[in-house]
Amino acid sequence: MAEEVRKKPAPPDPDSARFKLGAIIEKHYREVHEAKARGEKIGWCASNFPQEIFQTLGVKVCYPENQAAAIAARGAGQKLCEIAESEGYSNDICAYARISLAYTRVKDVPEQNMPLPDFLLCCNNICNCMIKWYENLAEDLDIPLILIDIPFNTGYEPGPDQIAYVKAQFMDAISQLERITGTTWSEDRFREVMDISNRSSRAWLEATGYTRYKPSPLSGFDLLNHMAVAVCARGTVEAAEAFETLVKEYKEAVEKGTSTFRAEEKHRFMFEGIACWPHLRTTFSALKNRGMNMVATIYADAFGQVYQDLDGLIRGYCSVPNAVNLEKARDTRIGIVRKTGAEGLLVHTNRSCKLWSGFMQEMSKQIGESCDIPVVSFDGDQADPRNFSAAQYETRVQGLAELMEARKKGE
Amino acid sequence: MYSLGIDIGSTTSKGALLADGNRIVATALRNAGIGTDGPEEVVKELLRASDLDEGQIGVTVSTGYGRTLYPEAHYRVSELTCHALGAHFIFPGIRTLIDIGGQDAKVISLDGAGRMSNFQMNDKCAAGTGRFLDVMAGILQLRAGDLAGEAALAESICPISSTCTVFAESEVISHLAQGVNRKDLVAGICESVATRTGSLAKRVGVTPPLAMSGGVALNEGVRGALSRYLGVEILFSPLAQFFGGLGAALYGYQTYNKEN
Repeated sequence: MAEEVRKKPAPPDPDSARFKLGAIIEKHYREVHEAKARGEKIGWCASNFPQEIFQTLGVKVCYPENQAAAIAARGAGQKLCEIAESEGYSNDICAYARISLAYTRVKDVPEQNMPLPDFLLCCNNICNCMIKWYENLAEDLDIPLILIDIPFNTGYEPGPDQIAYVKAQFMDAISQLERITGTTWSEDRFREVMDISNRSSRAWLEATGYTRYKPSPLSGFDLLNHMAVAVCARGTVEAAEAFETLVKEYKEAVEKGTSTFRAEEKHRFMFEGIACWPHLRTTFSALKNRGMNMVATIYADAFGQVYQDLDGLIRGYCSVPNAVNLEKARDTRIGIVRKTGAEGLLVHTNRSCKLWSGFMQEMSKQIGESCDIPVVSFDGDQADPRNFSAAQYETRVQGLAELMEARKKGE
Repeated sequence: MYSLGIDIGSTTSKGALLADGNRIVATALRNAGIGTDGPEEVVKELLRASDLDEGQIGVTVSTGYGRTLYPEAHYRVSELTCHALGAHFIFPGIRTLIDIGGQDAKVISLDGAGRMSNFQMNDKCAAGTGRFLDVMAGILQLRAGDLAGEAALAESICPISSTCTVFAESEVISHLAQGVNRKDLVAGICESVATRTGSLAKRVGVTPPLAMSGGVALNEGVRGALSRYLGVEILFSPLAQFFGGLGAALYGYQTYNKEN
């Protein structure tokens, strides 16, 4: 009889936040598949499209960005990117877009399948590449596209004209979706969804805020996984409850002095940009091995919207991190660095995201000067593994660790 | 006490042996980097040149891209810190260091005491690195070491793209086909590296005194072009290729003394 050489991992505690959050993602994909099988119209949706609309209507959607990240993290990013490139798409465009467009060709990717959509919900508050990506999906699949255009804020805050412009589109999107799906809008249900979304967002933001403790009760990279729920289910009671459980766990961890960061927390830093999903283990290990814990990221908080009324809701979607000008983006990050006590800034120059990486050089320089912390950048990509060099990354991360170490020693 | 620094790069291995952290006993270089026997050969050469045996080395530090692959090292330190330490050892008071190696370029700011305070490195592209010069020399049927001499004889500078090695390669070929003087082309190639590295340096901010390290520092054509581009004098030492190894040896000596 064979000897057991490796212990099986303990079954996850069904009351844990990790279990609940995982179950929400499973349920999310299952429900969309089931809705499609029942003959309901289902959609594909941009990550920062106002989710309150389809939650209120009870319409099921899934998220190409989440799918692309999952496919990339599970090792099939390059295969899908190459399929899109063979169709004529440039390797210079967003890898999420390439993966998504390729998926509509192959229709079956075991790393993360989704049912094909009957309509598309697009919002360009995260980037304008999104518009062309969704227009091509609509053309290829011959399905309707609902676009909410949220212009980039050149000023510090969205003005009343912008709020009015987006609100009109919000109302129009409701009418279009009612027509496409045969559902009916309910103001009572809308208020309920707004309440649930606020409850989820408050709990999510409270959870992400626990990185301010020293040492942090969590590895910041955990948030990059948990945020999938903030993207796809923040308008659900299950998500609110799961995030509240997460808060409870972090509170207990602070009291007990435990952490999900499985190393001594020697350095605390801010990570700027989307994770390098195809190289998550490499990028995380290089940090963990040096005791570097990510305690700050704008990315996680991007999906926590707290508002009082419809205007507040619209203002929130007009103010997501990618839609604001350099000064506002910089000041928000400076606030996060100060709140969390981050001692360095590691910038992912993401080849997929021209918008995010474009002004990063200047913004990160200003953050470094304002907070008196070292800033280091590396080249990578959110989903195309070809745009990353592990050796270059290692050197930069070690350089950042050495800078932070020297400052601590007062050298 | 003897401390040994070994700098394992992408194309070369360099080593330095220090006595008591203040006297260079030996240096050695092999044109073989990561994944070769270059590092072992360099260490053998250092021991032979200094008439020492391994047991007499108090501490060994590895640096460079191959630093994690050298099992004899007591410490592994990034080449950023080591180049800064090595440059300050040779040029005390230096405030900016530009290192152009086989596959990357870095600009390092130092505080007055020789410690790295900030740095910037090139992106993934090989333009502006030693590899760029190797490729260009190959097209022109020259050795990389001959480029500086050719550039010095140029009558004018033929502009070459600094954006991409592959683009630059086809540009050079088409200039050759048009009969452009080879010396003018080499001057343009040196200028191209200088322009790319110079813009990286401007991001960090250039505070003199400024020095260069790495194999490309030996190329007077690039040094001169970079000096003109930045408007500052560039300090040069024949030991420029050994700054990483020297800094590693110095780091070893300092750390050993702190910990013991």
